[in-house]
Amino acid sequence: MSDPIVNIESAKELGLLPEEFEKIQQILGRVPNYTELSIFSVMWSEHAAYKNSITLLKTLPKKGKHILAEAGAENAGLVDIGDGLACAFKIESHNHPCAVEPFQGAATGVGGINRDIFTMGARPIAQMNSLRFGKLDNERTKWLMEGVVDGISSYGNSFGVPVVGGEVFFDESFQQNPLVNAMSAGIVKADKMISAVSKGVGNPVYIVGSSTGKDGIHGATFASADLTEDSANDIPSVQVGDPFQEKLLLEATLELNETDAIVGMQDMGAAGIICSTSEMSESGNSGMRVELSDVPLRQDNMVPWEILLSESQERMLVVVHKGKEKIVEDIFDKWDLNCKIIGEVIPEDKLEFLWHGELVAEVPASELVLGGGAPIYQRESKEPAYFEQYKKFNINDVKEPEDYKQVLKELVVNPNIASKKWVIEQYDTMVRTNNMNTNLPSDAGVVNVKGTNKALAFTLDCNPRYVHANPEEGTAIAVAEAARNIVCSGGEPSAISNCLNFGNPYNPEVYWQFSGAIKGMSKACIKFDTPVTGGNVSFYNQTQIDNKIEPVYPTPTISMMGILEDKNNITTLAFQNEGDKIYLIGKSENDIASSEYLFSIHGVKESPVPRFNLDYEYKIQNSIKNIIKSKLVESVHDVSDGGLIITLLESAMYNNLGFNITSDKNIRKDAFLFGESQSRVVVSVSAQNEAKFTELLNNEGIDYSELGAVTNGEIKVDNDLFGSVTEYKTEFDTAIEKRL
Amino acid sequence: MKFGVLIFPGSNCDHDMVYTLKNILKQEVIELWHKDSDLQNVDAIAIPGGFSFGDYLRSGAIARYSPIMESVIEFANNGGFVFGICNGFQILCETGLLPGALLHNDNQKFICKNVFLKADNNTTSFTKYIEPNKALKIPIAHGEGKYFADEETISELKNNNQILFRYCDENANVSNEVNPNGSVDNIAGICNKNKNVYGMMPHPERAADKTTGNIDGLQILESMIKSIEKQNK
Repeated sequence: MSDPIVNIESAKELGLLPEEFEKIQQILGRVPNYTELSIFSVMWSEHAAYKNSITLLKTLPKKGKHILAEAGAENAGLVDIGDGLACAFKIESHNHPCAVEPFQGAATGVGGINRDIFTMGARPIAQMNSLRFGKLDNERTKWLMEGVVDGISSYGNSFGVPVVGGEVFFDESFQQNPLVNAMSAGIVKADKMISAVSKGVGNPVYIVGSSTGKDGIHGATFASADLTEDSANDIPSVQVGDPFQEKLLLEATLELNETDAIVGMQDMGAAGIICSTSEMSESGNSGMRVELSDVPLRQDNMVPWEILLSESQERMLVVVHKGKEKIVEDIFDKWDLNCKIIGEVIPEDKLEFLWHGELVAEVPASELVLGGGAPIYQRESKEPAYFEQYKKFNINDVKEPEDYKQVLKELVVNPNIASKKWVIEQYDTMVRTNNMNTNLPSDAGVVNVKGTNKALAFTLDCNPRYVHANPEEGTAIAVAEAARNIVCSGGEPSAISNCLNFGNPYNPEVYWQFSGAIKGMSKACIKFDTPVTGGNVSFYNQTQIDNKIEPVYPTPTISMMGILEDKNNITTLAFQNEGDKIYLIGKSENDIASSEYLFSIHGVKESPVPRFNLDYEYKIQNSIKNIIKSKLVESVHDVSDGGLIITLLESAMYNNLGFNITSDKNIRKDAFLFGESQSRVVVSVSAQNEAKFTELLNNEGIDYSELGAVTNGEIKVDNDLFGSVTEYKTEFDTAIEKRL
Repeated sequence: MKFGVLIFPGSNCDHDMVYTLKNILKQEVIELWHKDSDLQNVDAIAIPGGFSFGDYLRSGAIARYSPIMESVIEFANNGGFVFGICNGFQILCETGLLPGALLHNDNQKFICKNVFLKADNNTTSFTKYIEPNKALKIPIAHGEGKYFADEETISELKNNNQILFRYCDENANVSNEVNPNGSVDNIAGICNKNKNVYGMMPHPERAADKTTGNIDGLQILESMIKSIEKQNK
């Protein structure tokens, strides 16, 4: 079989632009062969090169005294957590594979993100995921959701890392294009991080782990194109996961990290061997000579470009100090894994790929990679007309409900608000016995760091409707909410990783959303001193609504990590005792904009972002930190989707308690109960601590108000009985299952 | 006491088991690799949870053929104390050291959550020294946890007091509604006739560290240690 002919047409078919094809010829000084063209096409794809996003990504705050590996420097960001330890964490998307093959798409998403963590020598200790689907009453949505959850469950449970939180959100915007974002976090001794670097002329280059097959070829290109109804034809671009191999690879990698044999290591994810060889070489200012016929293969008849581009999972590239080969081979032999020398480090900026001794491709490493020769574009940006339109929303045009109990009943079973128990119970949330929330729920996932006094807190947050209404403010809110969740569970926000899910960047309105999101993220991350340690960008997410292709709601998922210096500061969201007083910290606003209530109950989709002020938010969070450190409260829970009454219900349900509250007469009752204006936190306080608690808030000059008290299960608003907590709990817990 | 914790490729509760026995229960612990066959004079063997060899076939079906398992079977047949949790229980059923089998959960899904367990009797090492009639809160995490055996075996288990725990509610009432996986008679764990081989699906080692907010599992493990120590005296 001979390779296809190389010309501008074949370049286009591989996703390259005419000017990019021109640039390749200039770099090489000749027309590339098909293998080389394939190499450039994946390395210069959006997925690998961030060519339409990197200029803006560079404006994000990246520095901090606790940041050990900055964004883009390694496979994941690395944060100093004290005690000689560091936390590597990252979030990544696997949207396109999940849209066509939900089980494997989600499974390999979990595999890929965990590999990014342990390739740095860190043992994964926690994972989370953020899932967005279309409307749940749609049959395809059910199929997608069941498949995605099954995929995460099958892979993650076998691999053995607890899921400690996440999000599930439904909106027609994601009808054909679900978003599946997976996060993993791991711990490594701060001085034992493995770098993704290749250097030292003559050092051997190993491929370890699974054999290479034809799965996932051109996966990076697939992820860099619009998702259409023909995308199902791209199923061969989806990789197949094997969590058992991944588990072996994890243990072998960490065992290898205890030796002094490794120069550098990188996992093979998008764009396979070509990506790891080029990025590691570029990072070490060196080159590599690789014999592709030495790569262990899963099937016959694979040609060089297929081997280079294959995205077969559970593989790593390892560069080893010459003379230490036996150490490496013994460890991989112990774990029954492939471990094969496929090449060596050379001094020139050059990647030479051979096939049975014959040169089949020769390209400069530095020209392939982000920050080197990969193209960079600034796209046209245009404010969409809807942006000003949404601001015209007036609360007075919305009729107040006559039956508040009925509204509450509907909200409790709304899939965006109802318990995600059906999903969560399919994940192993307790393996490694470090999840501190199993019997004490809190706003963020709190993970014990055994052998220290510390715990780490993790959260994923983004409300795509807010971001759509106002990309800058909506993204700032996502960061603020993440920080609030960390603070409410007793932690100090530390750093973020982001997963930026947007439509087609060549659409000026999408690019406007993207640049607004980056602005909002920057200002909020600076305010909370949470630098961006990395993440990924997923463009080309779109869905067909009323026969029109629409970009998905812009979704910059924020994954934040925080530290509890004293793990005993963990604070639950659950009310503890009947009779405790309930307070609201922050202030109620006459605002129902972009709330689930406005969307679902009134069907109004056009409204601005909920009220939010970054400085005010920061002040509220500092005050919450002080209250928690002073041990003055029994529970802390922030107000988010569904509004105040949903927050109260969530706090009440865990221990089968209720609440009796009085609304604020100065604002509409629906805004008071269901509005989603930001910077509000519900706390419960014992009678014994009440005086000290109010004194502290008065001294700090923080807005607060007394809402009422915790009851033995009755729910009352303005002396009107809304029912008992158990009725709501049953509905809340079973709503999603009933719809499937 | 000296415990040997078996490590199969794919075991993922091995660290939790070692941590619980060593750091919380202050026992001597060594790790035993599946390719070895020397049990190094341990007093008891623990087979931890996980997905040994990926469990792509029936759970535990491959692990039973490991070299270490031949030694464990011999050890058990000579009266040595062996216990398996979750995948460990599945492996013990595959070897035939324990009767019955673990089938796919009734809902065909993996389930991870807290459940309650009630001791069936107080004649076994796992149940002898725990609070009687108390519902213990212990997590489960399995896809194949539905205990099944034929009627004859079940009645033998009953007659010989081989049933360790049954799934119950928080008030220790055993009923169908609280059976998480469809196990026959709500059976969550059993032992062999000689009462030296034990297996249970729920994870007591996940309810042993106070930072998890629940230490009900310690009662089971402490009862086990106390029982073995008394026997060995």
